[in-house]
Amino acid sequence: MATTATPHAPDVAAPTGFWSWITTTDHKRIGILYGATALVFFIVGGFEALLIRLQLGSAENTLIGAEAFNQLFTMHGTTMVFLAIMPLSAAFFNYIIPLQIGARDVAFPRLNAFSYWLFVLGGLFMNVSFVAGPLFGAHAISVAPDGGWFGYANLTSTQYSPGPNIDFWVLGLQILGIASLAAGFNFITTIINMRAPGMKLMRMPAFTWMAFVTQFIIVTAFPVITVALVFLTFDRTFGTTFYSVAAGGDVLLWQHLFWLFGHPEVYILILPAMGIVSDVLPVFSRKPLFGYAVVVYSGLLIGVMGWGVWAHHMFQVGLGPIADSVFSATTMLIAVPTGVKIFNWIATMWGGQLRFTSAMLFAIGFIGMFIIGGLSGVMHASPPADLQQTDTYFVVAHFHYVLVGGGIMGLFAGIYYWFPKMFGRLLSEPLGKLHFVLMFIGVNLAHFPMHFSGLLGMPRRVYTYSADLGVTGFNRVSTIGTMIIALAVAVFVINVLRSLRRGEIASKNPWGSPKLEWAISSPPPVYNFSVIPTVRSRLPLWVTDGVSEIPDVPPVPVHVPGGSMWPILTASGVIVIAVAALAKSPLIAIGGALAVAVCIFAWAFEPFEV
Amino acid sequence: MLEVGGPPVQRPIEFDRAGSWLYHSSFPSARESARCAFDGMREGVTSVEGPRFRPARVIPALMTVGLVLVFVACSGDPYPQSTLHPTSDGGTAIDRLFSQIFWWAVVVFVVVESALLYTVIRFRARPERGDPKHVHGNTLMEISWTLAPAAILVFIAVPTILTIFETDGSAPANAIQVEVIGHQWWWEFRYPQLDLVTANELHIPQGHPVQLIMSSADVIHSFWVPKLHGKRDVMPGRTTRLAFTADSVGTFLGQCAEFCGASHANMRMRVMVQAPSEFDAWVQAQRQSTPVDTADRRVVAGRQLFGRTCIACHAIDGIGGAIGPDLSHVGSRTTIAAGILPNDSAGLTRWIGNPGAEKPGNLMPQFPLEPDDLAALVAYLRSRR
Repeated sequence: MATTATPHAPDVAAPTGFWSWITTTDHKRIGILYGATALVFFIVGGFEALLIRLQLGSAENTLIGAEAFNQLFTMHGTTMVFLAIMPLSAAFFNYIIPLQIGARDVAFPRLNAFSYWLFVLGGLFMNVSFVAGPLFGAHAISVAPDGGWFGYANLTSTQYSPGPNIDFWVLGLQILGIASLAAGFNFITTIINMRAPGMKLMRMPAFTWMAFVTQFIIVTAFPVITVALVFLTFDRTFGTTFYSVAAGGDVLLWQHLFWLFGHPEVYILILPAMGIVSDVLPVFSRKPLFGYAVVVYSGLLIGVMGWGVWAHHMFQVGLGPIADSVFSATTMLIAVPTGVKIFNWIATMWGGQLRFTSAMLFAIGFIGMFIIGGLSGVMHASPPADLQQTDTYFVVAHFHYVLVGGGIMGLFAGIYYWFPKMFGRLLSEPLGKLHFVLMFIGVNLAHFPMHFSGLLGMPRRVYTYSADLGVTGFNRVSTIGTMIIALAVAVFVINVLRSLRRGEIASKNPWGSPKLEWAISSPPPVYNFSVIPTVRSRLPLWVTDGVSEIPDVPPVPVHVPGGSMWPILTASGVIVIAVAALAKSPLIAIGGALAVAVCIFAWAFEPFEV
Repeated sequence: MLEVGGPPVQRPIEFDRAGSWLYHSSFPSARESARCAFDGMREGVTSVEGPRFRPARVIPALMTVGLVLVFVACSGDPYPQSTLHPTSDGGTAIDRLFSQIFWWAVVVFVVVESALLYTVIRFRARPERGDPKHVHGNTLMEISWTLAPAAILVFIAVPTILTIFETDGSAPANAIQVEVIGHQWWWEFRYPQLDLVTANELHIPQGHPVQLIMSSADVIHSFWVPKLHGKRDVMPGRTTRLAFTADSVGTFLGQCAEFCGASHANMRMRVMVQAPSEFDAWVQAQRQSTPVDTADRRVVAGRQLFGRTCIACHAIDGIGGAIGPDLSHVGSRTTIAAGILPNDSAGLTRWIGNPGAEKPGNLMPQFPLEPDDLAALVAYLRSRR
């Protein structure tokens, strides 16, 4: 990413080269790093999905064995949730939020870099397990996690999972949790404290609002999984008995903790995409968001209500009719604010001048498919019906409609929409439309038949199924659909690589958007805003005098924070501790802890002015 | 042996579309049509082009083909593990509830997706219309589309809660009790009132309430026989319950529905719903010890071999270990290895010859057996009827 050379160079000129990326604290660069890394993991997770679907393409297939299959679906889920969708959202949080609120960076730029490095190292740590078998004397090369992304106790105990597989998963998730928590606090502080004058909360773009809600969910939900994982680590490493039935522990403790985190996590995944769609639709309808306040409040409501529905993941454990009824009711209620958003989006387009750019197509595709996922969600909000649907492909269909048809499509809308802002070049529209069409066909072909295979009795997480079940045809169609998705993603990757170099040059505001980030050059200069703007409208670029003048050249020199190597070094120290836990070596652990302490000390006293 | 789902479903046949396309009632319900549409997807059942494009002469031939296809599809049940074809009181209650919710969902789907499509087509950019008005919202509309879904949800929530209490797992006092114990990766069924124990094939009488009292010996499993009831987890340290009354005779497939380790996919089961008299006969047979056929040298040799090896984990007539399934009457079961292999000589030979290949990760070791010894063991096990 090049920065515009200006006569009034900032105090610290934007450095270039490999090292400058390693030490960067620029939210824009960190955003790009997040995005690029997330896309790589997205492709890894997609490849895992492809292998899963190839195995299930026919009944009693022997392409992939039981152990490898269990690793694949565990890592597919874990990768897509923690290493693809969340960091892809984080890419936008990083790049877009400061621009949308008129700030020059996030509140804690080095903490931001720390979050990124911890995320990428944690992701690598977990994926190294695919080739780490020989280090542990295992008979298989791959010792990847194999307990499912939900890791139910007591299957994850050392008794039933003696290998290092689960350790990779537990430690990897802990690392990613730290990264998410640090980022969450960072963005909350940023949004509360660093808004430009006049950027009242109720003037913030819907995307920043949904990101804001998401951060609160992150900082409240991740401590819960952290506690659950600490229990599990202690059970596995020090022989405690939190989940050990023989010693009076309870296997349901894990499920309560996991889903108390896990359901809010669903909203962590989907709210940013909803925010993107709420930003994209008005631009390409040439109309303001219909019922802005209601969209914001319903997002808040979803975030709050998301805390009261976790046991709907546990109807089949038999919590009793009263608990089932209560959680059924709360789950159904959450459909109301979700439905409101959908109606507001449709109303936003109503009467507009709709331009079907790639971004717009993905946003519309989001709505169309999210409706399907929402409706099947209401079906298994009903506990008796859920007893037939949970742990079957019906549920797999449901959450893939929500997370792929919804989440991923929404994020793609965001990529097409903000790519010109980030790189100064537009993505190819014809390729974008091809990408959309393939994606739309692929997602539906892959996931719609899963409703049928589930209702006809095919459970989830099975590496093989009997031809007698009569679901082979549906599975074959699903497999073909997955291949089409892979093709769509290939088209997308080609589009990105091609457009980075040869894409049409983007103006400041190629889409005619009303939001603040489009008032500055594409890509923005290293200091973002030559002067901190004063905002006077929710749609600053669509009304006259909505924002104060932002000159192309800063009238006074702008100070920009430099880089720091301490974030990546601190993150590396954390990884050393994780490796020590894996190797069961107190010595390495002490070394890692010391390294972290020294790095934090150096970090704290580093001359670093914001 | 492979007959599943009881007597072939009686479907008046009209013409020869694929599978069981043909409900002859004057107007098949849309849901039934949906079920039939599934049939078309079934592997091995090729969709035959409808007759209206064919010369009349071809029709009889096509009918023959169609009948064969219908026979193929329906001689067994095309969907032996379907949640949409319940054969018990609880299963029917759940299916009825699902139907109601399903239709509400269809209505909402059609209304909302149509609104979306209409908007997208109607308001595509046309420069002559000029810049759209900046509408920021409409309180009345927003209140109404908040209340409308809430109202629909009431229609879903009320029958839901009624059904929750209807299917809460409690059974009348005269119910036959079965203790279900989940193991990696097989099912143990104990009948405390009848003093018998079996594995992987649950026998219950038609028309008589059954109470399942479930727990696990190791990790969490989930008991799921879709045609009889929704699933219920089977957990270590906890007891869960299911109750239902099966209304049709037949064999119903089920399998573990909670991920339980390497061979989760291979933890299957069958439920044999029998007429009360047949069930009683089965109980009597199971409670008697099978005499050893001393005239058959292989059976005798197999018995000796069993006593030296298998007995460490498997019991016969109360003698032996409890790690694996009780094999007192293993010869009377239709399948072996938790429903993944047919219980015939070939299936048993495959299973005992290399258990790890059939069910990855399972505890049963591969014994280095001479072919003769293996055959003797198989003969002995098959004789345990």
